[in-house]
Amino acid sequence: MDEISVLIGGRAGFGIDRAGIVLAGIMGRLGYRLFVYRDYPSIIRGGHTFSIIRASKDKIAAHKDRIDALMALDSETLKAHKSRLKEGAVVIYDPESADPGPLPDSCRPVKLPVGAILKEEKAGEVMRNACVIGAFCKAFGIDWGVVEPVFRKNFGDEAGINLKVAKRGYDAAESITVLELLDKDPLPLFTGNETTALGLIRGGLKAYISYPMTPTSPILHYMAKLAGEFGLKVVHPESEIAVMLMALGMSYCGQRAAVGTSGGGFCLMTEGLSLSGMAEVPVVIVLGQRPGPSTGLPTYSCQTELAFAASAGQGEFSRFIAAPGDAEEAYGLARMALDVSWKYQIPSIILTDKTLGESAYSFDSDLIPEPEERGEVIWDRVEPYKRYGDSDTGVSSLAFPPDKDAVVKVNSYEHDEYGITTEDAALAGKMQEKRLRKDKYLGIDLEYLDCVKVYGDRNSDTILLCWGSNKGVCVEAADELGLKVVQPLCLLPFPAKQFGRALAGAKKIIAVESNATAQLAAHIKSYGFEVDETILKYDGRPFGVEELTELVRKAVS
Amino acid sequence: MKDLGTYAPNTWCPGCGNFAVLNAIKPVIGSLHEEGLPIENVVLVSGIGCNSKIADYINVNSFYSLHGRAVPTAEGIKLADNKLKVIVHSGDGDAYGEGLEHLIFAAKRNIDLTVIVHNNRVYGLTTGQYTPTSPLGFKGRSTPYGTKELPINPLELMLSSGATYLARGTSHGIDLLKKLFKEAILHKGFSVVDVLQVCVTYYNMYEYYDKRVYQMSGHDTSDFDKAMAKIREWDYNNEAKIPLGVFYRKEMPTFDGYFPAKEGDMIDRDARIDKMLKEAA
Repeated sequence: MDEISVLIGGRAGFGIDRAGIVLAGIMGRLGYRLFVYRDYPSIIRGGHTFSIIRASKDKIAAHKDRIDALMALDSETLKAHKSRLKEGAVVIYDPESADPGPLPDSCRPVKLPVGAILKEEKAGEVMRNACVIGAFCKAFGIDWGVVEPVFRKNFGDEAGINLKVAKRGYDAAESITVLELLDKDPLPLFTGNETTALGLIRGGLKAYISYPMTPTSPILHYMAKLAGEFGLKVVHPESEIAVMLMALGMSYCGQRAAVGTSGGGFCLMTEGLSLSGMAEVPVVIVLGQRPGPSTGLPTYSCQTELAFAASAGQGEFSRFIAAPGDAEEAYGLARMALDVSWKYQIPSIILTDKTLGESAYSFDSDLIPEPEERGEVIWDRVEPYKRYGDSDTGVSSLAFPPDKDAVVKVNSYEHDEYGITTEDAALAGKMQEKRLRKDKYLGIDLEYLDCVKVYGDRNSDTILLCWGSNKGVCVEAADELGLKVVQPLCLLPFPAKQFGRALAGAKKIIAVESNATAQLAAHIKSYGFEVDETILKYDGRPFGVEELTELVRKAVS
Repeated sequence: MKDLGTYAPNTWCPGCGNFAVLNAIKPVIGSLHEEGLPIENVVLVSGIGCNSKIADYINVNSFYSLHGRAVPTAEGIKLADNKLKVIVHSGDGDAYGEGLEHLIFAAKRNIDLTVIVHNNRVYGLTTGQYTPTSPLGFKGRSTPYGTKELPINPLELMLSSGATYLARGTSHGIDLLKKLFKEAILHKGFSVVDVLQVCVTYYNMYEYYDKRVYQMSGHDTSDFDKAMAKIREWDYNNEAKIPLGVFYRKEMPTFDGYFPAKEGDMIDRDARIDKMLKEAA
């Protein structure tokens, strides 16, 4: 067995999410590389929720549609996911609480008396998940010694009773197959949200300010938890408008600040974004995409904000936009975004989405490139201080209050080099040129960095073009079909030269995007690149490997 | 005293009430400096409106922010470094209209800021529309037949929201303004000074105010209920006498006080993150 996909599902409030992480933790201990997709509705109790835990010998960043094991805590899960079962798949359920109806002949049902076990152990209903995890481990020949420490780590004080229930499930099930132990060191499991946070912290973050909004609220929670450890100021103010302005206030004083939101919150941040552009006060925005328009599908995923992020805010100003495709890229680009923001005194936007942010990945820090030295330009204290002093690159030197030798004036109006308001025509033109000049130099910087990734068969003249969280699924589809994958990491300024080199020799370019209007395809068109076909998905769900492979197969045949 | 002027040409109308605020705040900053406050510790934050031009006119650190957004900007600055003296200049449209939410939350947090509201009860820079404190029936350019809504009493709202220093002055009383500004800046907590400042071009209230204002004496500023009663004497609409001076003053914990001044330790970060990753595996 090179890999395994397991689906566990039930009603919201059943602890499905934690069960998914525990299962991933167990398989991680066996040396497997994990991807955990979490699907849940925008309600607190009730409604169908499930996780797909996929473990592979190789590093992965996508789920598969077909599964080797189904762990159903209710009938709905059996009904909704029966069609995913592979030949010989294991189905674990409690016949007392879940009615499977007719199951495919080939599958191996494990009927587990969960309700009776819970009663005997005087355990709460929420421990159904522990019982089926135990049964799963037995069915797949996993040693009990592997299970125990993962429970201890994930359940803390409640580990004891959960372990008891799990062991009962373990003992009640029969061994069906063996998930072999791999000769690989386990990797830690992190969500994209968590690695985005860690990347920001490593980039010198001092303050994180955010108003809760799916899918980036977990960053706020994680930062709040880490605040003491890393000396962070973590604030949850009254609105995203306040979030953005508070962050700019922090940055004005020299503290690297970041904010996190989704499309709706970003709408409220746009006046502050434009202020960041005009006042040249840096800020990093983590923009976790979820389907709109408006409230849309709050707990699902999409790639619909590229055009919005690229144009948001009145006026013309420089900005940096990066789109990580997995947990390591989220870490690396978050760190890089802070550096870029501070070097060029511009806003940076990290475009993530629900799939990247809330899925869990085996995280390999060795895959993250070493950061470039790219510190901010600090005032030399020789000439009198001018907050907006002109320079070849358009970047002015920084001083921060309190500085006894510098009066630091920043301004949302057009201003002179000292930061005093002006409406003078010649000066207005000159200052606009100064600000936009930074774009050119940032663009040159980016061409020297690895901003466009290439995967798959490099000799193929058919290219799958993707961005963000579609990277993992595209790489697997391309591997299956012998195609090449091109993934730009930086979207603005667009590394057109690197991108052109990556596309060289292409006969057919297929854009794969999680939106209805092919936003990356439209974006690259303005740099002279045309795609031949698009494969688009806009139902809030990420592509599964088999699903995308079939769509691409049709497109290339 | 240190000259705090700049080379920026002043573009307020002759007779504008903003001059009184400028001429009061400059000597206050100057005297605080003489008494030992490093001038670089002063940060002036303004919104957008005629009043907010004050950021250009005083040679101290300043963040000339957005309409309605001076308060959250100032909060960020104070949270970044709580030894800074952060003074917000804002208009009534700015603070009580577009940015009211922020004002309420800043008061709720009792963050140590001073907000000076240049309350002329009319939009000047956008040429004469009603504001949240214009009286009922105010005929502005967007309400030519008179407003159909009552004004808010901003001090009442601020008292209910948790502000711990509340005062009122007028642009015809520069000595009182100086006293109030200095007290407000030195007050540890969220302080609001509502300045009945006159827009000579769009809403000249000099005579109206001169007839009605009086300075409070013997008022117990530590008593919430008495402060509320005093604040309610004049509701920005009725023909009552208008009390000036300090309504309320209380020492309470401040929001910025909960954030350690200690900078995040940057040096150990790599090692600590590596340790976290190792422990998570």
